[in-house]
Amino acid sequence: MLEFILRRVAQAVLVLFVMTLLVFFGVHVIGNPVYIFASSECTRECLNDIIANLGLDRPIWEQYWLFLGNLLQGDLGRSFTHGVPAMSLIWQRFPATLELATAALVLALAAGLPLGLYAGLRPDSPVSKAIMGFSMLGFSVPIFWIGLILILTFSVRLGWLPAIGRGQLVEVLGVRVSFLTLDGLRHLAMPSFTLSLIMMSMVIRLTRAGMREVLHTDYIRFARANGIRESRVIGVHAMKNILIPVVTVLGMEFASVIAFAVVTESIFSWPGVGKMLIDAIAVLDRPLIVAYLIFVVVMFVTLNLLVDILYSVLDPRVRVGGRTR
Amino acid sequence: MIRLGLALLAAAFLAAAPAAAQTVLTIGVRSEAASLDPHWTQLSADLQVQEHIFEHLVDLDPASQPVPGLAVSWQPLDATTWEFRLRPGVTWHDGAPFTADDVIFSFDRLAAGIAGAPASPAFTLAKGGKRWVKIDDLTVHVLTNGPYPTVAEDLAMVPIVAAHVARGVTPSVDFNSGKAAVGTGPFMFEEFSPGNRISVVRNPNWWGGDPGWDRVVFRPVGQDAARLAALLNGDVDIIDYPPTVDLPQLEANPDFRVSTIPSDRLIYVILGNKSREPFVTDNAGNVLFPSPLRDWRVRKAMSLAIDRNAIRDRIMGGASEPTRNIVPPGFFGYVDDLQPDAFNPDEARRLLAAAGYPDGFRVTFQGPNDRYINDARIVETIAQMWTRVGIRTEVDTMPRNIFFSELIRGGPETFPGFDMPKFSVALTGWGTVAGEATYTVSGILETYNAATGGGNGNFGRYSNVLIDALSIRAKQTIDRTERLALLQQATRLGMEDYAFIPIHFQVNKWAMKASLEHTPRTNERTLAWEVRRVR
Repeated sequence: MLEFILRRVAQAVLVLFVMTLLVFFGVHVIGNPVYIFASSECTRECLNDIIANLGLDRPIWEQYWLFLGNLLQGDLGRSFTHGVPAMSLIWQRFPATLELATAALVLALAAGLPLGLYAGLRPDSPVSKAIMGFSMLGFSVPIFWIGLILILTFSVRLGWLPAIGRGQLVEVLGVRVSFLTLDGLRHLAMPSFTLSLIMMSMVIRLTRAGMREVLHTDYIRFARANGIRESRVIGVHAMKNILIPVVTVLGMEFASVIAFAVVTESIFSWPGVGKMLIDAIAVLDRPLIVAYLIFVVVMFVTLNLLVDILYSVLDPRVRVGGRTR
Repeated sequence: MIRLGLALLAAAFLAAAPAAAQTVLTIGVRSEAASLDPHWTQLSADLQVQEHIFEHLVDLDPASQPVPGLAVSWQPLDATTWEFRLRPGVTWHDGAPFTADDVIFSFDRLAAGIAGAPASPAFTLAKGGKRWVKIDDLTVHVLTNGPYPTVAEDLAMVPIVAAHVARGVTPSVDFNSGKAAVGTGPFMFEEFSPGNRISVVRNPNWWGGDPGWDRVVFRPVGQDAARLAALLNGDVDIIDYPPTVDLPQLEANPDFRVSTIPSDRLIYVILGNKSREPFVTDNAGNVLFPSPLRDWRVRKAMSLAIDRNAIRDRIMGGASEPTRNIVPPGFFGYVDDLQPDAFNPDEARRLLAAAGYPDGFRVTFQGPNDRYINDARIVETIAQMWTRVGIRTEVDTMPRNIFFSELIRGGPETFPGFDMPKFSVALTGWGTVAGEATYTVSGILETYNAATGGGNGNFGRYSNVLIDALSIRAKQTIDRTERLALLQQATRLGMEDYAFIPIHFQVNKWAMKASLEHTPRTNERTLAWEVRRVR
């Protein structure tokens, strides 16, 4: 297990290095941030001052070298617009995104698993067909549109839910969270539902497919023949096997939901990292863009590792070193 | 246990009671402020929030004309010395008195350079070679290199920070944390939560009296539709930049009110002046030599082919003011009798034929798609109008972060000290921040000169010695009547020669609950003390 983890970490460092190259040089190709910040009345001299101030007067290789050096010391630079260390901005806003993504994941599982199970057990009932139709919609309708329709319905027409922002915050173990207050939940409802739709549809389809397949396997028949209660057959024996693909897919999907909750966050003005990234790109805040993308890479690698570990817990066959076959 | 619960509940009510009596204004803003350090950037989203906390020697009234701020009066003592008399009895938010030392400190801080700042107002302070000396606690002299008329207008861009607070602090960081966010303004720093809210509370000791609100909360809502929804369901009280498509319904709705004023932002089309323009070709696709854009008749034809009223009514939801001026009405330098070109496609075709292009030619028309109100749609519409008179126009719009780099120095001839724009025909904008035309004439009509800063925004590289002479003289003329004549003459020359094609001034709109009333500002800022309750 240890060797496996070490190998993964070594791979991750390599991925990270390649990413810094791609991101750093990629961001420098886009455009020059100086012209975004400079006032239109700025003279050549004033432009040169800004260029020097932002450290853009050095050749790009030197900039990259400095950046790598700082990175090794854990310093990802300062945001141009905010003037504060980029990582501190990311940490400040990350809890909001994590909370939104987690709420979406919980929703997806809480609604997706039972619906998928039902559809798998009674594939021909009209309710199952309706469920599958819903999952199809969840995949194919753009999030942007859903978000706006939700806002129009629940906050403008009915006036039940607030349209923008994050609700009242409570501090738990040093992290400010909003899901413990009623106001916070009201703010969380629409964005988390919007964000969960794709995951939910995926859970429904995977659970249904898994259930259909597993029900015909020998071990389920034996279990039934042994007189084990049907609820235990489905809930424990079948479920364990169904969960493996669900965990794999959700693990990957969760990472991208965190990294690219951009659309949902901008519709609902959720103060998370996705919205920060969009704002940063609009003004070419290079340090912030680079820092965020590196942060995302680290997160993806970590989540992948976690999924692999969780896997081996669920399925003994993948357990590294366990020669069960 | 129950008694304890009741006591807590009662305590909660007692704590909540004064809060309920508070007057809170929640503003939904399109762009979020990123820094509360008033010397950090020139982004208007930042400046708008900072102006609630920090003030300038000279304020700008809603029409962008200079009025007394922290200075009660100013006057030139001779051609190169300006005397500013400071307002007595002003205190900082922490109670310390405001004196000339704070002014000197703020100017020195800027002149020394702010480490890491992307765009401090230092260049405004440096214009005219300004130097400053303290005469006594309430008098400051500003000296210039030569006669320099716009000292007061420049200083309206330079916020004053507290010497005893801001000395030695980390730029931006310590302001965002609130530590150094101590100003003299009508509101005091309360909370800065990036992406979510910025709140300020009333300064009971403000020299200007009661700003009208106990607390002001700025909430960033970038999406147009979401910002409107937040206003409709009452999450916010007032929003800036209501989406233009929804303006007619909002204006008809008795529950809401819309405030309107033409902005200082001129939207115009630049025309390249090189003899070969890469994006101007004949109908077979060969670059034309000489470029037809150098012909006055062609430039006029392109202007006459544009139906500015149609753009206003169908694209801008009425939120534009067609123009042929470079500053909006009411600004120093506005020329009354320059009226927008009337739509006249027949005359445009005739002019093209007279210039030797009876079959027209082809151009590529570039523009940003996320900078100005409806910018990409304006580009598409103008392209169609030109195509209709025979100038086959292709459209190329791009995000502002790419557009402005290419517009300013994207051309192949660019080298350090000489920027060559890439585009031949492009839509761009120019804001006249200080309420007067001196630096607008200099910026967009004067010949490009990297050393003097002349023609900074002259991206077509138009050049006219007559205008140059007028503009350079205007920059050194303190007498207002004389300067006005110079500026108006320069504007007239430029417009009659079609140095560029003016389209319109954007019109600033705000939408608010019907229970509020707002004095709109030319410079697009939303300031809480200009919003009042009517009931």
